[in-house]
Amino acid sequence: MDTTLQDRIRQQIGEAPVVLFMKGTPVFPQCGFSAAVVQILSHLGVKFKGIDVLADPSVRQGIKEFSNWPTVPQLYVNGEFIGGCDIVREMFETGELQQVLEEKGVALRA
Amino acid sequence: MAMDAATIERLIKESLPDAQISIEDLRGDGDHYAARVVSGAFRGKTRIQQHQLVYQALRGRMGNELHALALQTSAPAD
Repeated sequence: MDTTLQDRIRQQIGEAPVVLFMKGTPVFPQCGFSAAVVQILSHLGVKFKGIDVLADPSVRQGIKEFSNWPTVPQLYVNGEFIGGCDIVREMFETGELQQVLEEKGVALRA
Repeated sequence: MAMDAATIERLIKESLPDAQISIEDLRGDGDHYAARVVSGAFRGKTRIQQHQLVYQALRGRMGNELHALALQTSAPAD
């Protein structure tokens, strides 16, 4: 992956405390897995920035190489890769996601 | 493009020979699976690392021929 793309992805990851690389937008997810993560974040009242990989094929491919993770969605908190749909769902169910977000200083709706 | 469950299981076994694997074809379309994988190789690893081991075993098929594989990984209980 060229460094320009890598820098762009790094910059996107840093655009907000919680960033979700997804297919479609938070309002109109284009894939069930992306929709599931949006739903979890919305349920927790977490503010996040969605990045639509369908709008940019280079980011769609680049994010997979960046994280060594073959699928989208991908959730980042304070620049750290948290996981894809399965992991986020599992962490939500165990309460671990809420804990990680709080530890990282992300506000949840009480 | 689709993949059958036996192929998924074989690929995972090649990389993680001790793995206990159960695979469910969620829609019967050969494209949406859920897999539970239990392997000693997961011990001491984060979930991300555990899933990465499975993705590595699938050698690039995940996200390509294999559209959807919901993963649940764990190390065997002692």
